[in-house]
Amino acid sequence: MSQISAPSRPRVTSAGKVGSEANQRAPRNWKPFLLLVPAFLIVSLFFLAPLVDVFIRSITDPRLGLQNYVWLFTTETNITVTVRTFGTALLVTVVCVLLAYPYAYLMTIVGDRTRNLLQLFVMLPLWTSILVRTLAWMVLLQDTGPINGFLETAFGIGPLPLIRSTFGVALAMSQVLLPFMVLPLYSAMSKIDKRLLPAASNLGARPITAFFTVYLPLSRPGIFAGSITVFILGLGFYIIPSLLGSSKEIMISALMYQQISVFLMWGQGTALGIFLLAATVLILVVVGRLSKGASMFPGVEK
Amino acid sequence: MTSNEIAGTAPSPDQILRELNLDTQAISTINHAGISLRNVTKRYGEKAVVDDIDLIVEPGEFMTFLGPSGSGKTTTLNMIAGFASVTEGLLHIYGKPVAKVPAHKRDIGMVFQNYALFPHMTVAENIAYPLKRRKIPKDRQRTMVKDVLDMVRMGDYGNRSPAELSGGQQQRVALARALVYSPRVLLMDEPLGALDKKLREWLQAEIKRIHREVGSTFVYVTHDQEEALSMSDRIAVFNNGKIEQVGSSVELYERPNTLFVGRFLGESTVLIGKRAGSVDGGTTVDVAGHQISVPGDRVGDDLAVLIRPENIVLYQEGYRPDSASFQSVDVRVLGVTYLGSGWRYEVLLPDGSSGTVRVSHSSESFAEGSKATMVWHVESGVLLQDSGELGESTT
Repeated sequence: MSQISAPSRPRVTSAGKVGSEANQRAPRNWKPFLLLVPAFLIVSLFFLAPLVDVFIRSITDPRLGLQNYVWLFTTETNITVTVRTFGTALLVTVVCVLLAYPYAYLMTIVGDRTRNLLQLFVMLPLWTSILVRTLAWMVLLQDTGPINGFLETAFGIGPLPLIRSTFGVALAMSQVLLPFMVLPLYSAMSKIDKRLLPAASNLGARPITAFFTVYLPLSRPGIFAGSITVFILGLGFYIIPSLLGSSKEIMISALMYQQISVFLMWGQGTALGIFLLAATVLILVVVGRLSKGASMFPGVEK
Repeated sequence: MTSNEIAGTAPSPDQILRELNLDTQAISTINHAGISLRNVTKRYGEKAVVDDIDLIVEPGEFMTFLGPSGSGKTTTLNMIAGFASVTEGLLHIYGKPVAKVPAHKRDIGMVFQNYALFPHMTVAENIAYPLKRRKIPKDRQRTMVKDVLDMVRMGDYGNRSPAELSGGQQQRVALARALVYSPRVLLMDEPLGALDKKLREWLQAEIKRIHREVGSTFVYVTHDQEEALSMSDRIAVFNNGKIEQVGSSVELYERPNTLFVGRFLGESTVLIGKRAGSVDGGTTVDVAGHQISVPGDRVGDDLAVLIRPENIVLYQEGYRPDSASFQSVDVRVLGVTYLGSGWRYEVLLPDGSSGTVRVSHSSESFAEGSKATMVWHVESGVLLQDSGELGESTT
């Protein structure tokens, strides 16, 4: 009741508060919450319970203590792999922003038919198995593949290390993750008032100035949402790095696999997993602070 | 004259105009106009949205573009603003040819229909935006923003975000942003369209006051004829990509040139008929057997007589005025509306169409379905050519 005229809040939010309070005061109907039960059961049994198990293993295997985390942060390989993983995910994110931004913008200015077609082109890769696409990249990028063959005959450049390198990994990951950047960007851009750019130019802004002072700031929520999704998904990639990357330059998911399946070091493997989870949550929190007001999740309005 | 000296070897605007075989008179008109459009055409593909229009807007004038949607008024405004290219013709602003100048270099203010305020900036930042683009020092920006906010009576709202303002307040901020750099031309595209009636009337008065204060050339686009009549120095009536008539509110209302203009502005009663003969200084029109006299003459045999509803009086059926200076036709009352200040009758005219009559309280009252005689002074009838097109009536 007393919050209705909370003085420190701007009017818009306090109005929203009034609405949600009215909902709470209405007689509670608990039956709709039964709809949550199946999802709740599945998440508890198959996600939360294993997660707790993973956490417990990371501090008890082989014996109780933080030795697995000490190992994690003191072993040089681990640090290198972590830095490489974050670096690759960041590179992929930047590549995706650069590729997706003009594409999403194009989607906002074309007619409905063309837009549907463009949307289809974005979604098409998502409907193809990631394994098939990775194998296709292997064929294309290998030393005797068509790209290197073309470079050899046309420019006389000997086989470039397109595969078994960070380049190949980043290329294939960008292709897989591009839709997760295009869709939130398009969603943010389609909400920008079309008259704002003519208004800016009428007020004396050159096209490039109008873009940086008006369009880019207004599309930032989309950049944030897309980048977060792409970056976090990129951290956990396993198939692409193991098939297209160098075995000497593995990423963190491969390291985990190695610890658990090859060395049977369950404690160290699970510690890596918990570390990756904690890092992800931390990034979400920090970016959430930075992007104040913007929704972090594509398609979810605040 | 000075522009000749500045231009040096490059052909001056005047030389270009002379090459187009314009006489000195025309060149002088273009050079002294606030905005000059000469044979301006805008084509999208084959279709001419604006079709060969000529218009001079005087410096400091309040000119309104009035017309139904799709008549070309907004396209013309967009050409002046630089958002639409000119397909053919000459467009000059204060004597400068601007057809090839991009929008951001035209130095024209514009108020958009949906305000187009930048949602990620405060009110003050919005207004400072054009000043920043013009590299005006920070402290001067602050005083300019404050002054213009005071002028639109929004002095306390500088730190608000546009989303926190009402429609009327947003519109005043948009006006302030368009005025802060003192442009010589201010364009307004249906700026009050989204507001309710009370607020609209108040803002109309505000815009008129600001026009007097800043003295710039205002071009105002609207489809609301009342708004046009009450605000403008002159009105240009657009229809089908052409300008039907340009004139003051009084001229357009009392002496329309075309049936479209007469019908579009205000209420009207129109009798359609054929030429029956001429009397000295006037014409007789045959309207379904009634011989109606009207002053003046027009080309063609298909004629129309337009009378404003407030110039008509209703009498009992069969009444015949004894003076030749009054005209009458028999009508049937189709509908009665009480206006407060009087009555409005919808009547069936002899030619089968319906007309409007407005009478004050003192007159006799008629019931729906009753017969009556409609009487008006011969001088209040306007003779027009019957173009055959049905005018869009707006009330």
